[in-house]
Amino acid sequence: MKNKANSLWLLAMIFLPTGAVMGQSGSSGSNILIYSLIAVAVLIFFYLLVQVADNLLAIEARQSGSQRKGVNYGIFPRISEIFAPKLPSFVEDSPVTVLKRGHNILLQGEAAARIDESVEAQTFAVQPFNFKGIAPIPKMLVEVGAEVKAGDPLFFDKANPEIHYVAPVSGEVIAINRGAKRAISEVVILADKTQKYRSLNAPDPASASREDLVKFLMDSGAWPLIKQRPFNLLADPAETPRDIFVSTFDSAPLAPDQNFVVQGREAAFRKGIDVLSKLTSGKVYLGLNAKSASVPSKAFTESNAEVRWFYGKHPAGNVGIQIHHIRPIGPKDKVWTLGVQEVITLGALFTENRFNAERIVALTGAELKDPVYVRTSIGANLGELLKDNLKAENTRMITGDVLSGRKSGPEGFLDFYDDQVTVVEEGDYYELFGWLLPIEPRPSISNSFPNFLFPNLKFKANTNSHGERRAFVVTGQYEEVLPMDVYPQALMKSILNGEFERMEGLGIYELVEEDVALCEFVCTSKQPLQQILRQGLEMMREQG
Amino acid sequence: MKKSLLNFFKRIEPDKKKSPFLHTAYDAFFTFAFTPNTTTKGGVHIRDGMDLKRLMVQVVLALQLCYLYGTYNIGQQHFEALGMYGGFFEGFHLKLFHGLIKILPIFIVTNVVGLGIEFWYSAKRGHAVEEGFLVSGALIPLIMPPDIPLWMLGLSVAFAVILGKEAFGGTGMNIWNVALLSRVFIFFAYPTFISGDEVWVSDIHKIKDIGYQSVQYGWAHHFFDWIFSGFGWSTFGNGAQSVIDGYTGATPLALAAKGGWDNVLNVYSTHQMWWGDIPGSIGETSKPLIILGALYLVFTKIADWRIMVSMVLGCTFMGLIMNGMAPDQITADTENIFKFMAVPWYYHFYMGSFLFAMAFMATDPVTAASTRPGKWVYGFLIGAVGLIIRVWNPAYPEGWMLAILFMNTFSALIDNVVLNANMKRRQKRTAAVSS
Repeated sequence: MKNKANSLWLLAMIFLPTGAVMGQSGSSGSNILIYSLIAVAVLIFFYLLVQVADNLLAIEARQSGSQRKGVNYGIFPRISEIFAPKLPSFVEDSPVTVLKRGHNILLQGEAAARIDESVEAQTFAVQPFNFKGIAPIPKMLVEVGAEVKAGDPLFFDKANPEIHYVAPVSGEVIAINRGAKRAISEVVILADKTQKYRSLNAPDPASASREDLVKFLMDSGAWPLIKQRPFNLLADPAETPRDIFVSTFDSAPLAPDQNFVVQGREAAFRKGIDVLSKLTSGKVYLGLNAKSASVPSKAFTESNAEVRWFYGKHPAGNVGIQIHHIRPIGPKDKVWTLGVQEVITLGALFTENRFNAERIVALTGAELKDPVYVRTSIGANLGELLKDNLKAENTRMITGDVLSGRKSGPEGFLDFYDDQVTVVEEGDYYELFGWLLPIEPRPSISNSFPNFLFPNLKFKANTNSHGERRAFVVTGQYEEVLPMDVYPQALMKSILNGEFERMEGLGIYELVEEDVALCEFVCTSKQPLQQILRQGLEMMREQG
Repeated sequence: MKKSLLNFFKRIEPDKKKSPFLHTAYDAFFTFAFTPNTTTKGGVHIRDGMDLKRLMVQVVLALQLCYLYGTYNIGQQHFEALGMYGGFFEGFHLKLFHGLIKILPIFIVTNVVGLGIEFWYSAKRGHAVEEGFLVSGALIPLIMPPDIPLWMLGLSVAFAVILGKEAFGGTGMNIWNVALLSRVFIFFAYPTFISGDEVWVSDIHKIKDIGYQSVQYGWAHHFFDWIFSGFGWSTFGNGAQSVIDGYTGATPLALAAKGGWDNVLNVYSTHQMWWGDIPGSIGETSKPLIILGALYLVFTKIADWRIMVSMVLGCTFMGLIMNGMAPDQITADTENIFKFMAVPWYYHFYMGSFLFAMAFMATDPVTAASTRPGKWVYGFLIGAVGLIIRVWNPAYPEGWMLAILFMNTFSALIDNVVLNANMKRRQKRTAAVSS
């Protein structure tokens, strides 16, 4: 801070004399234009002089051996530094990426920071459609009635028979449900009272070769935990990713606090990071929250990964945004991403020698009596998780958050990559002059609502679309909430027009659905941006 | 109450197949009264409370002060020409009702024609009525002279909506600003009704051999006279009065084009021009009220401040250049164009419709550039080109309408340059990362 103040003072000292010169010329001259031009020229001259000197200073600093990136060696503060937010002390001197754009949707029903151990789900399901890129009818390895242990393979994709999709819990396979076109939608397991695990033979990640590790991960069922960008597909075992990215905070509405989630499982997380660093030719990057109220868990700050700090509103916690600011994805790049709990499961393979599908899931939403965290496993049944916790009938259960989650119901199951369940009110009612004089407060980024007077007000949102779909009219709205060098509206239009080169050029590879979810939320024209983006991604994928 | 209203609406719903037009119209009014009960499907589960209806209505709201003062000013200018009721509150009711008699038909014709076409096209296409014309219909009356013949207005609105908007696919698809298209139609088809010195003050006509005179008042004026006399207030009378000496009806711009800033000051004070006590298009005269509307739009983020600021910058830049090129000594023999160029750049904001165009026309998001850097360029060029047309083109008295339509045409091109730069930047970035 002191450094900054000093620099400002220097800046003032240099420009004060020029100011005095300007003042004199203004008072004595008759032709304002000529004199103001001279004044501008003098200013520019001084500015250039100072800039050259300043850059020489920076070059000198680099030459004398300083290696730190992103640090300002000049005597002047950068403009971004003058307006930089006050960072918490735990960030120390690390460079922080400050993301100005974004919006936090504050909703009621945040999960209390405790685990309700009394909540137990009995049925769990693996849902093939959770894994993007595999055939809708995978080859089944079990039948209804079979007894399975946690970690036993249930099915595989014919294109990649080595990747096993395994049971998250031990128990009896009670149903194999099929959806449209006979696609397998759910493999349902009724869990045993005491869990039995398939014993694994985990190699030592420090000494094992990359091939052995990949083979072990595919066989143990941990491979589907890894996702690959672009396209957000299942990771391709034939690829060596450029880098691996893990975001250690979730900024979505009501999202679980990952510092809380990782508690007690730090060792598994660190082990997971160690394993991942063997899988990539580059580095493993962790995105950390410089805006969090609490100190980030030591599991994140003291692991063997590259740490990057981010300060900003949602979607700063999205791994896609972080990749864009760390090392953006090009058309030929492949990077892998994982969530915190996926890394924990991956690490537990090696620390516990078993497939531990445990998930700390946040039950959230204004329609819950007791929003709280629960301890369960991948694919838990929603109805059982939310038993006796619902306030009203007419609600929507969402696996995931309200922006990019999937609509489900009491018979539905938690999606494979989700660690959150949200319950919101269905807004299927007419509202008299709802567009003009809304009675109930509702989240919005528009200042035409009095929301700006109550910046900390938490909303009880419902699923009403608040208007009908229209053509794109407003511009600049998406940019306001997307902290990336991307023009979302131009990109969406190029997708709708099927212009491949433009889609690639405008950065479709850098985006997945969750990144544009906030843009979709704010859209005045109520356009389905996530759907349009997926359509574009599929088109690009088919083109190869 | 809400329930019975809803039930009533549901009972009178026309059949969609049998009478599509009626159903479209019904749907427009129903969704006006009730936000539909549709819920989100796929994608996000909650939506922002803002929709296009609300957005458009905010613009209409921001225009209300201009409407109020515009209505008053029609009467004010009329009576000022006759040398009557000089003070602001003198004959207030007469000025207001004279204004209403002028502006209401304009408003009604604009919206009946525009909305009628919009409803008809929506019914044809089988989709809901889009809200675009809510704003166009509020803007068009404000940019017309008070004496515009109604058939001409209806024709121009039909032209703008059919060829300017529906031909391109409706709201959100148009290339040119719909309100300005309707004005430019009259401007080129019937130039004498929207330019010159005779059209800006209502109901004052030049009669051969006699000169300027107010017209004979019609039944509407007589009707209000009957009411006013009941209250014992002053009345309109019969009309056909002659104007005060030295009346020209010219706007400040016309005066400036003929003799520079001194010539303007001979007739109007800067104070008058700032507060809007001058003849002109109905809504454009009062600068503070327009600025209030503009600030509201900026605050609600409906209009982009970048366009407004860059437009002011562009106009200032061009004004400074013109000031620099103008000769130092202005004499009576100096060419008029040099006198106009010598008008100090800041006084250009006092004359004409710069602020109105800046606040409500250039910022139309559909026709403006859509990228942030593009908006800076777009606004700056409107400011610069508009002033060039205003000062250097002797045929057109005002420049903003043409400058905005001109830049509307190029906004896609500006965006394209910005997007190409973005694509190049991305290529460089990823190439640097991959290597």
